Amino acid sequence: MDDLYRDEILEHYRRPHNFGTLPEPDASYEGANPLCGDRITLMLDIDADGLVSDVAFTGRGCAISQASASMLTDEIRGRPVAEVAVLQGRDVLELLGIEISPARLKCALLSLDTLQHAVAERGARIAAASHGSVDAGPGSAEAATAHEVRA
Amino acid sequence: MTDHGTIDAAVIRRDFPLFERDFGGRSLAYLDSASTSLKPRAVIDAVNAYNTRYTANVHRGIYATSEEATAAYEGARASVRRFLNARETAEIIFVRNATEAINLVAYSWGRQHIGQADTIVLTELEHHANLVPWQLLVQEKDADLEFVAIDDDGRLNQQSFEVLLRTRPKLVAFTHVSNGLGTINPVREMVEQAHAAGALVLIDGAQAVPHGPVDVQALGADFYVFSGHKVLAPTGSGVLWARRELLEAMPPFMGGGDMIREVHLRRTTFNDLPWKFEAGTPDIAAAIGLGAALEYLAGIGMDNVRAHEKALTDYALDLLPREVPGIRLYGPRNSTERAGIITFNLPGVHPHDVATLLDREAVAIRAGHHCTQPLHERLGEAATGRASFNVYSSREDLDRLAAGLRKVQRIFSDNPDVRAVKASAAAPAHDKASSAVPAAPASVGGPS
Repeated sequence: MDDLYRDEILEHYRRPHNFGTLPEPDASYEGANPLCGDRITLMLDIDADGLVSDVAFTGRGCAISQASASMLTDEIRGRPVAEVAVLQGRDVLELLGIEISPARLKCALLSLDTLQHAVAERGARIAAASHGSVDAGPGSAEAATAHEVRA
Repeated sequence: MTDHGTIDAAVIRRDFPLFERDFGGRSLAYLDSASTSLKPRAVIDAVNAYNTRYTANVHRGIYATSEEATAAYEGARASVRRFLNARETAEIIFVRNATEAINLVAYSWGRQHIGQADTIVLTELEHHANLVPWQLLVQEKDADLEFVAIDDDGRLNQQSFEVLLRTRPKLVAFTHVSNGLGTINPVREMVEQAHAAGALVLIDGAQAVPHGPVDVQALGADFYVFSGHKVLAPTGSGVLWARRELLEAMPPFMGGGDMIREVHLRRTTFNDLPWKFEAGTPDIAAAIGLGAALEYLAGIGMDNVRAHEKALTDYALDLLPREVPGIRLYGPRNSTERAGIITFNLPGVHPHDVATLLDREAVAIRAGHHCTQPLHERLGEAATGRASFNVYSSREDLDRLAAGLRKVQRIFSDNPDVRAVKASAAAPAHDKASSAVPAAPASVGGPS
């Protein structure tokens, strides 16, 4: 009777994939939807070839937001970060495969919004590091900033 | 006398056209009256009459319809005065809503009387409307805010209040009835204590005026505010009541037409109360609608409204833990301390998911923090579900809520047997719920 809560969505909600944290993520961001209190922290490891080598998220919220994060993290694992950066809302809605009412759109797209912030911050950090101090290697600068972002 | 108070909701519902609308073969179980109320035909007709038969500005035209409009607008003010038992109509200021009324007091009285290091006492129960205007004021004035703590059942901790009064606050502002938990606060006692400590008192009556008798003289407060749209009136109508001496001494909130006596290029003398605070053309239709709403309710009797909602609250507090195993209820468990607001969570299910699934059963509730984020932080919940009543609410609405919540539990249950049951649509909902849902004891205490 309820496509919105079809079994696949509920499965992802009950047993989310990629749920957890990464010890030293290359990109990380905490996104929140203050209206409903949904909260997601997304972490990415990005290898030398620019591929998403590992991904994890933690958070709490409604079934739609958590299932969307679970499916989206499955989707981006192993893909080039450049490709991941240009994912659109409709891509996520396609993954979910359900009709989302306007009132619930923010829930469905919180994970994508968080991902976009994580990737954009990493991009800004790398750009800054390449223009910045030569004392610290780019890797250590990244790790330090990632911790700040998480804190 | 019906089995739930002296009001027969079935009869009352005939006055509310929204119940005639078809929601998939049934009417809407509207349980979000704390957000806004439905409107009875008497209100709709009053607004239509102004818009179709005597449309004109007030206090201006020298012709029949303008005089009719002025009489209706001022007649509405007289209805508000009677409803609140205020001393005089000069003390009734029309505003857009309770939020605007609080802002008016913060800007006008607050800017004049709150100075550096002065304290304003609020509570953890407050709606954002009774927090943010004071935050803005104390930032500007370098003053302080203090907050009365609540206990685990959502009552204001009176000891905490007494301690804070020792800081000699200039103002104490708190809600009459909590929109988050339904708690009815002991206003009269707290006003007495606050006055004894030298503070003025503002009461946010947005959730109190719709649900029972309010007598501003008996309560003894200095400012009392409410929104019309929660008390069967149109949006855009609201009221600030304050004692005349205070209003006389307060500077205008907004300048413009209607609030003036004489205007010269560089100076203006102001109009008498209450018009001194009503700059520009007001929402005339909404004010007239508010008058009609209060007359409609006066006809029913606010004691009867309160008895009806109290009976519904008792019914809900008994029904939900029994019929919806594991449901967590927040706020006072005793209907004498609680207005018609039931706040709850189903463990493991986000209230947004609950609200979406209930919507499919044509049951409308609120899900979120209900503009009380600090209260929800105190409860340790990001969000809750809230079912709230008004004069037209019925036991059937609550039965449909309970049935809907059982359905939500079945859908979200992790038990594979239950999912099998869910797939067979023919299965009668009732039996399956009791066997399928893990028999967790109903948690009915305060927030854990």
